[in-house]
Amino acid sequence: METTNIIIKNLTKRFGQVAAVNNVTLTIEPGAFITLLGPSGCGKTTLLRCVAGLEEPDEGEILIGDKLVFSSRRGISLPAGQRNLGLVFQNYALWPHMTVYKNMTFALEIQKLAKAEMDQRVKESLAEVQMTGYAERYPREMSGGQQQRIALARMLAYRPKVFLMDEPLSNLDARLRMDMRAELKRLHHVAGATTIYVTHDQVEALTMSTQIAVMKEGVVQQMDTPDCVYHFPANLFVADFIGNPKVNLLEGVANGDGAVDLGNFKIQLAARTAPGQVVVAARPEDITIALAPEPGAVEFTAYSVLPAGADSTIVARRDQLELTVKVIGTSKIKMDDKVWLQFNPATLNLYDKTSGNLIHSKN
Amino acid sequence: MSVVALPSSFARPARRVWRKLTRPHVLVAGVMLALLAYLVITPLLIMIQTTITWQPEDNRLVRGITPGEFTLFHWERVFNSIISQTMLWTPLQNTLVTSIGISIFALTLGSLLAWLVVRTDLPGKKFIASVAIIPYMLPSWTISLAWIVVFKNQRVGGSIGFLEALTGAQVPDWLSYGPVPIIITLSLHYYAFAFLLVSGALQSLDARLEESGEMLGATRWQVLSRITFPLVIPAILSAFILTFSRAMGSFGTPAFLGNPVRYYVLSTTLYNNISSRLQADGFVLGLVLIAISIVTIYLNQRIIGVRKSYATLTGKGFASTPVRLRALKYPILILVGMFLFIAVVAPLGFLGYQSLMLQKNSFALDNLSLHFWIGESNPKIADGIAGILTDVQTWVSAWNSIALAVLVGLITSVLGIFLGYAVVKGRGTWLSKIVEQVAFLPYLMPSIAFGAIYIGMFAQPLGPLPALYGTFWILVVVSVAKNLPYSSRSGTAAMLQVGSELEEAALVGGASWLTRFRRIIIPLTSSGLVAGFLLTFITSMRELSLIVLLVTPTTRTLTTLNFRYAEQGYHQPGDALAMMLVVIILACEWIVRHFRGAQIGKGLGA
Ligand SMILES: Nc1ncnc2c1ncn2[C@@H]1O[C@H](COP(=O)(O)OP(=O)(O)OP(=O)(O)O)[C@@H](O)[C@H]1O
Ligand SMILES: [Mg+2]
Repeated sequence: METTNIIIKNLTKRFGQVAAVNNVTLTIEPGAFITLLGPSGCGKTTLLRCVAGLEEPDEGEILIGDKLVFSSRRGISLPAGQRNLGLVFQNYALWPHMTVYKNMTFALEIQKLAKAEMDQRVKESLAEVQMTGYAERYPREMSGGQQQRIALARMLAYRPKVFLMDEPLSNLDARLRMDMRAELKRLHHVAGATTIYVTHDQVEALTMSTQIAVMKEGVVQQMDTPDCVYHFPANLFVADFIGNPKVNLLEGVANGDGAVDLGNFKIQLAARTAPGQVVVAARPEDITIALAPEPGAVEFTAYSVLPAGADSTIVARRDQLELTVKVIGTSKIKMDDKVWLQFNPATLNLYDKTSGNLIHSKN
Repeated sequence: MSVVALPSSFARPARRVWRKLTRPHVLVAGVMLALLAYLVITPLLIMIQTTITWQPEDNRLVRGITPGEFTLFHWERVFNSIISQTMLWTPLQNTLVTSIGISIFALTLGSLLAWLVVRTDLPGKKFIASVAIIPYMLPSWTISLAWIVVFKNQRVGGSIGFLEALTGAQVPDWLSYGPVPIIITLSLHYYAFAFLLVSGALQSLDARLEESGEMLGATRWQVLSRITFPLVIPAILSAFILTFSRAMGSFGTPAFLGNPVRYYVLSTTLYNNISSRLQADGFVLGLVLIAISIVTIYLNQRIIGVRKSYATLTGKGFASTPVRLRALKYPILILVGMFLFIAVVAPLGFLGYQSLMLQKNSFALDNLSLHFWIGESNPKIADGIAGILTDVQTWVSAWNSIALAVLVGLITSVLGIFLGYAVVKGRGTWLSKIVEQVAFLPYLMPSIAFGAIYIGMFAQPLGPLPALYGTFWILVVVSVAKNLPYSSRSGTAAMLQVGSELEEAALVGGASWLTRFRRIIIPLTSSGLVAGFLLTFITSMRELSLIVLLVTPTTRTLTTLNFRYAEQGYHQPGDALAMMLVVIILACEWIVRHFRGAQIGKGLGA
């Protein structure tokens, strides 16, 4: 299938005074799987609907392939139906009065495809989502997960150049969601269509995307590969939003020669920085924890121990300071044990306290 | 999203505005607004204008006037003249007394019954509910005719009622005619309306709210008084006010039970004025009725507005464990059974019986005959009135009634979708709000006043329509307009059920607006529409006060023919007609429900 790029330039969409999407600029490569990630109300759906043509932005431009589909400056706004994209809604939006077959051929009839061609496409698309044999069912005669697959099949049958999906898995239970993630990723791999995927589930974003755009209050905070977003969050918001358990954010003063004073102990960094008020971000899995003193380790008390099978989370305290540490497997540490925490300078990120921006990363 | 291409020479802001204006829902809203202005606002303005200008008929009262010139004569005559007492103040007082009485009784009966049916373990609830709403489907004056059969005394028209015939004792005037029977009979009709409103509210009440009260250790009574009751209070209040406003506009019952003893309410006074060609005076009374109605509805909105925080009523409604009536179960069941017997079965029984009586004043079995059903005209009986089934007038009227009800039902259902579409898709815009508000206006206007408006309006050609006065079509137009609030409401409700994604999914697939409407919106709203159709159909079948001022001998319906019989004192044919109407309405209701039952839910599960 041919793939296409999407370029969004300075896009703004206001509802009354609120800018739900605020001056967003994104370049999406052909065949990319980009996830819009962010807390509820940050404007993900609005941005997606602007691309789909269901919402008319106030400013900016959108190009799909070489085609200018929206431009406030030139007064262009192509109707949704002419943008050749497929949309999967959070609640699937299957037409309840039509069978699966009718649901899937609705748009094809509008394109005036021949019956044989439609049958062929329905058959192929149903096979792709492993729902062969369901063509004559009505939506209410299927489970949520099956309806979800049909919604995908309906989009596939349409053969759009771009897939848009708004939290398509959020109505499924945890187990099914895991399975569908794998399926969706596979589907994207096979079809290769450029995909914009909206979710507020970071695991979904990290596991499925080639790129993640993290949004907050209508503004894209960072757009990067899942790896970079996870390991080098561009600011404190992204650092805090991504990762489970949450990143440890420690306020302190950089002294200018590669260490940060946290009050009652110091953390050594991998490189020198300018002096000033900073925040150190340490991922829970990047801190090592031991039951015996080690050189350079800081003494804490195990405040709470939370084993979860494959890994365990330990909340450690030292005076007012509370840190979360994650270890593989079941830990021998028990509550109230004395523990020694070791920071790995290469994994720490440093943020400017006032601007919240990343100021130093390992090289 | 534009549907119309625009020359590229247009400037950018103009294109944007153009795109906004040509959005389907904006176009639909515009068309609907124009229609509403034509059907609702214009007639109201014409009515007001009539009251403040000299009318040709005024020549009878005042010399040397020029028709068409401004005057406050009519307002003064109604409000501040020697006839004001009989023309306005007494009827107004009577209207308030009867309407408040009716609302209180109807609401008490309706709410109690609703609670019993929705929330308790009373046996046979389904059956009770389906019988309880029958009075709502019948003309409001059916019971008053039955009342006359039973409680009539010799004072009017010579013949006596069943009670007097049975006991030999004279029935006191206050029990035969006047406010007491008006209040009782209309309460027995309007309780069904209150029952529908309150049981709807109780059903949509989220049972978890009650259950969480129980979890915290509250007794059943505490839950009822502290949680359930406060939550349904807005519904009860608005049921009260809606009943009040309808009772105020009702015409048949006060005419049948009040006129014989010169007990007049505003609606009957209005009718009398207009029939004696004092149109402008009648219109002033109509405006008074509208004003009272607007005030009450405004109060309703205020009261409910204050209690907006109780919006939890819209919850899905979950089955909760019913309240156990324990030892009271069967006594209550018997009471309910007796009540339904009195409200539903007995009136129809008496009407049926009287329709079979050859002589007016003999209830003896040997007086029974089918003459007033199938007899040929005989000058010796009732001035030669033929049996209703042999009288061609009956069939003409029945045809008119059915044609009217079907047409009005169809037109309002279609308008309902468009109104619902304009209101729901434009949510939050001023256009949508205006459409919603204006569509609600006919609700504020009591039927008799609304009918009066249309006399003035269609006496001459107006806009695209010719002079409709005296034709069948004026009945259609007035009924459509009067039912707009219901159709817009059911259209809006139906449209709200259709998530906007369902239309957007079609939009993304490239479907044009017409395709979306035809293939998605209409099929998905159709079950709501059938329900709306049924409601309008029944309302139009039993309508009297709205059209009583507009019919002519050729456009008579069953209800107005019946009214004429009653007015002239021919009880038996009137009763027979009422029975015929009841049978037609119940049969149609059954057919439509049956048809709907077969259709509904084809895929509408989720
Ligand atoms: N039609 C609308 N009218 C007014 N405000 C809106 C409308 N749609 C969205 N908003 C507002 O725009 C902001 C962004 O909404 P949006 O639906 O895009 O958020 P989201 O990131 O998709 O959130 P969620 O994860 O909860 O779906 C919110 O503040 C929301 O209240
Ligand atoms: Mg969203």
